[in-house]
Amino acid sequence: MYTTELKDKNQKSAPVSLASEDPEKLAAFEARVAADDFIEPKDWMPEAYRKTLIRQISQHAHSEIVGMLPEGNWITRAPNLRRKSILLAKVQDEGGHGLYLYAAAETLGISREEMVEALHAGKAKYSTIFNYPTLTWADIGAIGWLVDGAAIMNQVPLQRTSYGPYARAMVRICKEESFHQRQGYEIMSVLAAGTAEQKRMAQDALDRWWWPSLMMFGPPDENSPNTAQSVRWRIKRETNDELRQKFVDVTVPQAEAIGLRVPDPALKWNEARGSYDFGDIDWEEFYAVVRGEGPVAKERTQARVQAWEDGAWVREAASAHAAKCAMKVAAE
Amino acid sequence: MKRADEMLFHHALRLGDDALILGQRLSEWCGHAPMLEIDLALANIGLDLLGQAMHFLNLAGEIEGKGRDADALAFRRDVLDFRNCLLVEQPNGDFAQTIARQFLFSNWQELLMREIAAAPEPRLSAIGAKAVKEIAYHAKFASEWVVRLGDGTDESRARMIAGLDWMWRFVDELFDKKDGAPSHRAEWDMRIARTLAEARLELPKPRRGAMGGRHGHHSEHLGHLLTEMQFLQRAYPGATW
Amino acid sequence: MTNSNWPLWEVFVRAKNGLSHKHAGSVHAADARMAIEAARDVYTRRMEGVSLWVVPSSAIVASDPKETTDLFAPAEDKVYRHPTFYTIPEGVKNI
Repeated sequence: MYTTELKDKNQKSAPVSLASEDPEKLAAFEARVAADDFIEPKDWMPEAYRKTLIRQISQHAHSEIVGMLPEGNWITRAPNLRRKSILLAKVQDEGGHGLYLYAAAETLGISREEMVEALHAGKAKYSTIFNYPTLTWADIGAIGWLVDGAAIMNQVPLQRTSYGPYARAMVRICKEESFHQRQGYEIMSVLAAGTAEQKRMAQDALDRWWWPSLMMFGPPDENSPNTAQSVRWRIKRETNDELRQKFVDVTVPQAEAIGLRVPDPALKWNEARGSYDFGDIDWEEFYAVVRGEGPVAKERTQARVQAWEDGAWVREAASAHAAKCAMKVAAE
Repeated sequence: MKRADEMLFHHALRLGDDALILGQRLSEWCGHAPMLEIDLALANIGLDLLGQAMHFLNLAGEIEGKGRDADALAFRRDVLDFRNCLLVEQPNGDFAQTIARQFLFSNWQELLMREIAAAPEPRLSAIGAKAVKEIAYHAKFASEWVVRLGDGTDESRARMIAGLDWMWRFVDELFDKKDGAPSHRAEWDMRIARTLAEARLELPKPRRGAMGGRHGHHSEHLGHLLTEMQFLQRAYPGATW
Repeated sequence: MTNSNWPLWEVFVRAKNGLSHKHAGSVHAADARMAIEAARDVYTRRMEGVSLWVVPSSAIVASDPKETTDLFAPAEDKVYRHPTFYTIPEGVKNI
């Protein structure tokens, strides 16, 4: 979903051009990638590859950082100390994941500051899912179960993506991800087995998070022009629709196991396909959110811009102090 | 409860409440810190404190013997029954105010916890032994930031002075000897003075210390903090989460 | 106006004694002490008793992949470095 072509529906993304690259170098590069070899920071790479990776990795990083906000919203109100600690640890992990990914992107010749500025200016995107609000404690369960579940599906194959630093960051992330989804599902199952009010909370959260979670996988394959190239470069291992179908097939039984109903009247097991048929996604909603019109997009951006701007004096102070110390050492 | 148990109960409660309230305050920073690396650092400290809170409050509940665990104590007491010091319930303010609070508290908590780690009560000393290592790191982290901010830019210096000024009236309560606990004031004073000197900051002016936290008489801040923290348990009594 | 952009530091972690330091990633920090603490918070959250090295990224000198054949030519002609070059009489153990 981080490869999601988060462009306007009407803005067809031009196929990334390799025409200007040295054909011999390009052929050697493609051969290496096809042979499952890794590309490292100082290796020759087509400019299109470098640009695509910067966009994808930084989009992934921004998603982790913005993703801290919907869950962070409930840390101070978590219903018991264990849940509070788990949630704080999870959100901290997400911050850490963002950090690993920024670090990986920086090896491609872009700085953290440039990436952060692009995010704040609305030029860089992050996963659409984080533009939705967390209204009740059950939303925290839904996010862990559905959103982390979708992320895991995307991330596991990326452990063998062609770019070394990205692959290594993904290995680290996947190792830490194991408890994230489980704690979300546990929250949901406890609520679904709880009081009438808790059951209602859980069902309501599933009702609101189901469709946005399906949208996380990006537009339908026919609207994803760069998929073939991304697959060839091992930046993407399966198509949007393939992953989305997998997600539905895995998640519906999980909902049924805890007595929750997926909010899709068209959902039906298709014996012939061995998969679930499911209803149409409202792509107008998806593209609106991509355009920056998600329900709490403004809140998310404002929070990140404010943290960065409010913190400027802190960063300046630390730099100033370091400079003073360096001068002192030099004078000795 | 026997007199000795009652003292131990209140002692564990104080230790747990200090950690709980400060952990809660630090968790408010999550996602909003000046730099990602700082976000992770504050969350780490918050997690350490929440862990300490759970241990101390569970122990308090055990000693009390009325079936209350850490959650019952954290989520179903009102302000008059909380035993944390006033310092930890102070609002985060800006980063300098948060660092001022951490600096003054962790340096004190470290000295206290060294003693707890050597306490005759084995359950208490076990918690203390683990906590003391964590807290040494908290104190170092906060002290380093006092120096960076105090001796950074003019703006950071002004904010650091303001932060310390806000918190200074809550220092005396830490060393209030009414409960018979030995004071670490001299050693703490030395540590604080050393860091402030390195930060090229002056010691804040002595002033009348605010008291009451150890007896349930808190600042106006605690009520709001508890309202937020306890909401779900109060709104849905008896539910399992 | 001070530049508030903190420099990048590469982080190396030794997970336990006996192993060497392995590159784990990078952090931004204003000074070395902050870099070590950031490295600890970011890269060793789940581990105890580790050793950390932090190096300003600008201090690292990397070999140029274009020079790989010069620097790392497989020693095909230097056959004496490989144990299979030597003939050992049958039945001799531990060698």
